[in-house]
Amino acid sequence: MAYFVQQLINGLTLGSIYGLIAIGYTMVYGIIGMINFAHGEIYMIGAFVGLITILALMSAGIASVPILLILAILVAMVIAGLYGWTIERLIYRPLRGAPRLAPLISAIGLSIFLQQYVQLTQGGRVKTLPPLISGGFTLMRGDDGFTVGISNFQIVVFLLTLALMAGLTLIINRTELGRAQRAAAADPLMAALCGVDVDRTISVTFIIGAALAAVAGVMVVLYYGVIDFFIGFLAGLKAFTAAVLGGVGSLPGALLGGLVLGLVESFWSAYADAAYKDVAAYAILVLVLIFRPSGLMGRPEVEKV
Amino acid sequence: MTALLSIKDLTMRFGGLVAIDSVSFDVRPEAITALIGPNGAGKTTLFNCVTGFYRPRSGSIRLDCSGRLTELSGQPGHCIAQLGIARTFQNIRLFANMTVLENLLVAQHAELMRASAFSIAGILGLPSYRRAEKKALDKARYWLDRVGLLSRANEPAQFLSYGQQRRLEIARAICSGPRLLCLDEPAAGLNSRETIELASLVRAVSQELGLAVLLIEHDMSLVMEISDHIVVLDYGRKIAEGSPASIRGDKAVIAAYLGEPDGEAA
Repeated sequence: MAYFVQQLINGLTLGSIYGLIAIGYTMVYGIIGMINFAHGEIYMIGAFVGLITILALMSAGIASVPILLILAILVAMVIAGLYGWTIERLIYRPLRGAPRLAPLISAIGLSIFLQQYVQLTQGGRVKTLPPLISGGFTLMRGDDGFTVGISNFQIVVFLLTLALMAGLTLIINRTELGRAQRAAAADPLMAALCGVDVDRTISVTFIIGAALAAVAGVMVVLYYGVIDFFIGFLAGLKAFTAAVLGGVGSLPGALLGGLVLGLVESFWSAYADAAYKDVAAYAILVLVLIFRPSGLMGRPEVEKV
Repeated sequence: MTALLSIKDLTMRFGGLVAIDSVSFDVRPEAITALIGPNGAGKTTLFNCVTGFYRPRSGSIRLDCSGRLTELSGQPGHCIAQLGIARTFQNIRLFANMTVLENLLVAQHAELMRASAFSIAGILGLPSYRRAEKKALDKARYWLDRVGLLSRANEPAQFLSYGQQRRLEIARAICSGPRLLCLDEPAAGLNSRETIELASLVRAVSQELGLAVLLIEHDMSLVMEISDHIVVLDYGRKIAEGSPASIRGDKAVIAAYLGEPDGEAA
């Protein structure tokens, strides 16, 4: 039982990180109907920027962990947001009217480009960071002497994910910007006729998605303490899976999909063979798609005749 | 009176097909101008040129912006909307998953966005934004009341009946604060009672707001009843223009609708 609870906590932590990345996929898909396969790379860049910021601040003599954390997250969000904006502006916008395959192939190409670019500029070796946030709480002690703990870092991840999700939900449902995003997602031409600047709305969507992925990147740096230029590939794929699992286009779906995926991986690693955890994750995806093609929270598209 | 919208020698081609062939006419302010003609005459194409969906091959579409004529062709959709042109569609294009009220708020997007300083004032809940939001909500509720949909304000637009969706679409176009309202077959699919209600709504709105209306419609009794001025298109050309009475007796118009009389009858 104690072991189970521990895996639950670990799975939710991992799942929150997947969820944060998945939101970027789902928002971009919702508004321009395109899977941005370079999104995983944005997350990777966010991780690098976070790491560099922390190291730079530490060498500048700042030792306060909250300040390091907040600044790292902010800087990573801003820089990743800039990347997101630039990518949309330079690569996807000119392809807006093109057949669907063109932006998809460009996204894959861009993803490879960004990986190689980071490898060239930052080097191919893994980068490490000593753990910043240590300590935690012991929640319970099992009969077999196994203790369940939640680390302070895991608490930070949960709180941050909750806060970001709440903020995002507020923006989407309550603000002008969110209303414009929903309108542009539903019918871009009509939204423009209502006075919505659709191009700008799409830009903002990319910026928000990229900024959230950057937060996930910083979290991963702090969680594992090890990153390299290639982490975006698998994480991007997992987050994409999470988005599809939850229902592409649905924001709560993205978070739910991320959490489900995190839990599956965590429990599979704990009770079965950890080497096969990716197989388990994708098997779940296949099953969900067979029985609920529109995902857990997606609305099936009904063609009106 | 000077024209609000002035269309000159407008030509639009799709490959070899000439959809609009050097058409010129004016839309006067505070009046209802109807655009009629058989199917395929180029009416909706002309609307699409005016609202920026198509870039015309040649000719000009100019809107009078407080004395200055502004060329519309080539401008992006949201700029055309902000210049004061709103339109509805033949096939209804509401934001189906958004509520009835939200549909009307999207229409006031430009104003609210300015007031909210790109949502920042909105998130912070600054008083200036609160005021703008209240004004937008009041306006939305007023027009919902006018089209008889106030009680359904918080339902998703897709739950409305067809006739209600048509009225909501018109209310949304009005909420964007246009000076020119383009209605593409607003009576399509409505029964005769709903058509009569629509006619009086359009007339009342035009008078109340001093709004110019450009109307495409096949229902001739509706057109004759509410129009101040009628432009007739056939095969992309303007074949007649004038008051309802003069159009009713126009030989070219009758020929276009009923076919040419054969040699003997003539």
